[in-house]
Amino acid sequence: MPTTIHIKAFGMVAEKIGTNEMSIDHIGDSVKLLDALLVKFPELKTVKFSLAINKMLVSENQKIPENAEIALLPPFSGG
Amino acid sequence: MLKLRSYPHFQEDNMSRFERQIILTGFGIEGQTKLRNSSILLIGAGGLGCPILLYLAAAGVGKIGVVDGDSVAVSNLNRQVLFGEKDLGKNKAEAAVRQFYEKYSGIKWEVYPEFIGVENAQELLSGYDLIIDGSDNFPTRYLVNDACVLLGKPLVFGAIYQHEGQVSVFNYGQNACNYRDVYPQMPAASEVPNCSETGVLGVLPGIIGNLMALEAIKVLSGYGKPLVNRMLFFNSLSSQTYEVEISPNPQSREAIPASLTSFELMDYELACEGVKQLTWDQAMSKMGMDIAFVDVREPGEMPPLECTGLMKIPLSVLGDQLLKLEDFEEILFFCQSGIRSQKAAQQLQNEYPEKRIYSIKGGINALKTN
Repeated sequence: MPTTIHIKAFGMVAEKIGTNEMSIDHIGDSVKLLDALLVKFPELKTVKFSLAINKMLVSENQKIPENAEIALLPPFSGG
Repeated sequence: MLKLRSYPHFQEDNMSRFERQIILTGFGIEGQTKLRNSSILLIGAGGLGCPILLYLAAAGVGKIGVVDGDSVAVSNLNRQVLFGEKDLGKNKAEAAVRQFYEKYSGIKWEVYPEFIGVENAQELLSGYDLIIDGSDNFPTRYLVNDACVLLGKPLVFGAIYQHEGQVSVFNYGQNACNYRDVYPQMPAASEVPNCSETGVLGVLPGIIGNLMALEAIKVLSGYGKPLVNRMLFFNSLSSQTYEVEISPNPQSREAIPASLTSFELMDYELACEGVKQLTWDQAMSKMGMDIAFVDVREPGEMPPLECTGLMKIPLSVLGDQLLKLEDFEEILFFCQSGIRSQKAAQQLQNEYPEKRIYSIKGGINALKTN
């Protein structure tokens, strides 16, 4: 059975992908994951967001452990 | 770190107002004295700013400054709880602070009925120990962040989007993160709709504003553990929280202006619109290629720059001379200080979204000092 990763989406990202939680087949690193997400959800190209792996923000390409929790975190500006 | 200043004329005020805080183990008279001897500057007296003011004034912060150039509108009243129907049309900073004059003694209030910008940021921020950003747009958020980094001021950050909020404490202590460590790239204003477009339940900024007030009290009093190098997310529909650890990102440092002088030359509105910028070195490496290299200064501005292939199209007539640039796929603009060239780049990008258009950072002034 393939291992998975769990994705949590926030704010505009959740709107663009139509859900705030989903599981997908495991993808090896954060750059590959972003590429795959952009292919699956082209609308994500229009929003900027940061990515966290197991609740740690990622600033460059990083390996994704099996069963990791990924958070897609857009900036909010409202007040 | 935080400089403590005392306000002797408040010493006689009645500390019994704070009895329930003072009897808290670990907070005590010491925590209360720190609050009274500290000062905060609140940017934005809106949905976040109203609860922040209510709780920081009640908690006994000694000096509170409020910056807001906006005026109260009827659609604000579901969440901007300091204002009522009689306040419509009044300046928010003035109307907010007016609520407190008779409520508590012993707070020194400063009212700035204006918007923060690169021209007044340094002056506004410099007199305060802690800055709290309750603004409502990306240009202001990046501007406040950068100013706090350059001036070494801790910043309590909070923002909302529809049903969600995010809170963090930036620039506080050694190896501290700032907003650009989380979001290095400025989103365009048009990319993320604001409350007026998406709607908001009034209680959400109430909750996020209260979390911000709590962080401010922790930073000022040394009580508890502030959200340093962490960002907290809250979803009002699910009532779930999510916390992410953040760490300093060397690339984000490069995006912050190198000095207060270059900060003052930034145009945050334009930067948020996504105008791409090049340094002179990067621009020079493109010379000789098939690009348009355009001086948008008005005739007579000194010093003139002469080189082969240079085009001179003053910004004031750019709209009429678009045809001259139509055949180029890549266009570089420069001006005296790098602001008009951003406007030119923005204007042209709107006309030709597919072209690669750049503004040269710092303009002629940056070339001279290189």
